[in-house]
Amino acid sequence: MKKNLYPLVLLAVLALLPLAVKSNYFLHLMILFLLWVVIGSSWNVLAGFTGQVSFGHAAFFGVGAYTAGILFQHLQVSPWWGMALGGVVAMLIGLPFGAICFPLRGAYFALASLALGEGIRHVATIAEGFTGGMMGIMIMPTFISKVPYYYIALALAILSVLSIRLIIGAKPGYYFVSIREDQDAAASLGINTTLYKNVSLSISAFWTGMAGALYMNYMGFIDPHVVFSLHDYSVMAILVAIVGGVGTIYGPTVGAFIMVAFQEFFRTGFFGLFEYLGHKTGSSVISTVGEAVQHAHVLGFGILVIVVILYLPNGVVGDWEKIKRNVFRITPAKEGV
Amino acid sequence: MAYFRVENLVKKFGGLTAVNEVTFDVEKGEIFGLIGPNGSGKTTTFNMISGVYPPTSGTVVYRDREIQGMKSHKICHLGVGRTFQVVKPLGRMTVLDNVIAASFSRVNSMREARSHALKTVEFCGLSAVQGVLAKSLPIAGRKRLEIARAMATRPDLLLLDETAAGLNPSELVEAIELIKKIRENGTTIIIIEHIMHVIMTISDRIHAINFGTTIAEGTPKEVAANQAVIEAYLGTDYA
Amino acid sequence: MDVFLQTLVAGILKGGLYALIGIGMTLIMGVMGIINLAHGQLMMLAMYVTFVLNTMGVDPYLSLFVAMPLLFLLGVVIQKFLLNPLIKVETILPENQVLMTVGIGMVLTELARFAFSSDYKYITTDYANQTFYLGNISFSVALTIAFVVALTFTAAMFWFLLKTDLGRSIRATAQDKDAATLMGVNTGRITVVTFGLGSALVAAAGCLLAPVYYIFPDLGGPFTAKAFIITILGGLGSTVGAIFGGVTLGLAESMGATYFGMEYEDIVGLTIFILVLLFLPGGFKRLTKV
Repeated sequence: MKKNLYPLVLLAVLALLPLAVKSNYFLHLMILFLLWVVIGSSWNVLAGFTGQVSFGHAAFFGVGAYTAGILFQHLQVSPWWGMALGGVVAMLIGLPFGAICFPLRGAYFALASLALGEGIRHVATIAEGFTGGMMGIMIMPTFISKVPYYYIALALAILSVLSIRLIIGAKPGYYFVSIREDQDAAASLGINTTLYKNVSLSISAFWTGMAGALYMNYMGFIDPHVVFSLHDYSVMAILVAIVGGVGTIYGPTVGAFIMVAFQEFFRTGFFGLFEYLGHKTGSSVISTVGEAVQHAHVLGFGILVIVVILYLPNGVVGDWEKIKRNVFRITPAKEGV
Repeated sequence: MAYFRVENLVKKFGGLTAVNEVTFDVEKGEIFGLIGPNGSGKTTTFNMISGVYPPTSGTVVYRDREIQGMKSHKICHLGVGRTFQVVKPLGRMTVLDNVIAASFSRVNSMREARSHALKTVEFCGLSAVQGVLAKSLPIAGRKRLEIARAMATRPDLLLLDETAAGLNPSELVEAIELIKKIRENGTTIIIIEHIMHVIMTISDRIHAINFGTTIAEGTPKEVAANQAVIEAYLGTDYA
Repeated sequence: MDVFLQTLVAGILKGGLYALIGIGMTLIMGVMGIINLAHGQLMMLAMYVTFVLNTMGVDPYLSLFVAMPLLFLLGVVIQKFLLNPLIKVETILPENQVLMTVGIGMVLTELARFAFSSDYKYITTDYANQTFYLGNISFSVALTIAFVVALTFTAAMFWFLLKTDLGRSIRATAQDKDAATLMGVNTGRITVVTFGLGSALVAAAGCLLAPVYYIFPDLGGPFTAKAFIITILGGLGSTVGAIFGGVTLGLAESMGATYFGMEYEDIVGLTIFILVLLFLPGGFKRLTKV
């Protein structure tokens, strides 16, 4: 069962992590990582496996978050119910989303999904009575320590990846990929493409919505600008999956790790390297460059997008052979030589 | 009531009438040929039968049931399978996975689908390449895969659209053998073909159309001798 | 009645400018099937160029002659080095090209923020802010100039595509790339030139907009969205359609702002977008065939 070895090891490490590491900062990063495992994996179901590339997944994330938040603010219900309902509400939003977008093929689906994501953001901003508008929603987090949130996030990540793995390995998985490869051929093979696209969308929206609800509980504050953000959530989800490897089960997990690390790398100026060097050498130039680097993390993101698409379009997992050849200089044994 | 009947089938695309009042019956267990020059409406007819688009008017009756206008996947479930003239392999899946995907139309568990797919792959002579990615197959393999996939849906009626085009002589012989085997297995076949050798040897009856209209129907011999058919094909190699 | 006419006029004038933004994008989308999510950011750059030249005393309308060639070059570079290579890349997802333009847009936005900070910048001219009157209806000088110039450019584009060799090559490439190649059209060069052209056109729109709008790094996004709506309203690759789409959007926004309130402006655009996707045969049908 070598195929399961790496994931199991990773699982063990993740399960025991909070016992070894006490730093809140680090736990926070890990929670972010786990959230992105969920979001990236679920986006991957719709896009990587079914070939419908959504540019509007922030819609599901935000809806999940707002479900939790609104339940609390308007119904005085514990936002943890939001976790249960956030995914469901996101799924419900997914249905009209699919009805509008699925007839469109290729890049126009991507565009329509982008428009819908933005549309929902605008609606959330305007519907002040319901969502609090630009002021957003604030709740008191249930736990003070980050550890419970960590384990909840871990459970969510495990559940999502496992269930996705089970589904992809069975009939739905075959149907999703068939739709991706050739919709007309798929239909001739007895596949109800509309139904299965919606199934894929529902799975995808569900988990992303759950992640959003967890986010609400964990961060304690959301507003439309944050949770419906095109760049911070929709594009990031795409990046996580692409960097890790679309169309693979564990690709988004790898991608989540890389992207969260990358983001932190920039935000802290290479993990504080510049600041350190600045102090040591007393050079103000280095400090200034370091500050610039910190502010430039979005720029770095943009460059990363460009570089990944040009050179690693199938992600770390997908292009693993390519990476082994070019970076690690490992070439497969030549035949017959 | 015939096993399968197409009656007064018409398809118009804007101002162009692609298929104009085509009618024919197919008996159970037959191999029924459909011939005509390029652009005569053969594939359009298939598309209407298999639900790619609905006819402008006319009916398609399969086992006493009107199926025109139904969605492709429902028609497949009723027992009508088809191959595409321009092959549509599920490129990034292996040959076996292609057939497994098709098998799921009849079974639900992974194990059953896999075993059914393996048998179908063997029946169609693709066992040697079952682990190969579909997009890596040469044209003969892809055509064969089209057939294997359609067969995996356990069709009672199979529509074959130019499965012999692009094959070399030895591949042709194998293709003909496979089609005969499929009929012996109990499947009724309607076959579109350009290569006269193929369609004349295996068809029980042939229906010829040109510019969307019927020009002849009968046994291969009768159709080959038909003046209108010869004219339509201008210099046919079969006299 | 006056309010209505005023709204109408404002909408149409704005529509001319929007048409110019849309033409660049419809050209790129129609010819190359490339969805350029950095379109608004290119316009933003042109606006900053105008700003810089303005601080040096150059009239914004003269900046057209600087910004357009500059952005043309930038467009050429982007297409040649970042987008053309993607055609050959084998991936599961064909939407890489869209994502690439997202990345480019992000880079352009952040570079602008780096150079100019996030503060709103303004261009002041003595005449552009004035209005003239026809009866009771006021016409903004700046928007009227923009309208006239935009229409001129549109007419020029129309003539160019129809009558010149290069224009015909572009249309040929748009209809069928392989066939065009077989006819001796250097399609690689055509795609590069087309992207440059589209960028130059949206740069012109930026120069025309600069006198009446505030300039900041993040304005790219909303304008890219508008460009899409216009393109889809008018039909891919249609210059005349871009005019129709631009004016429609301009009118809708104007009406929305007058009768519903300023904050509904963007929602109007998005609603139109969704309605078009759902119901408009021209734009919608072509999208489903891809």
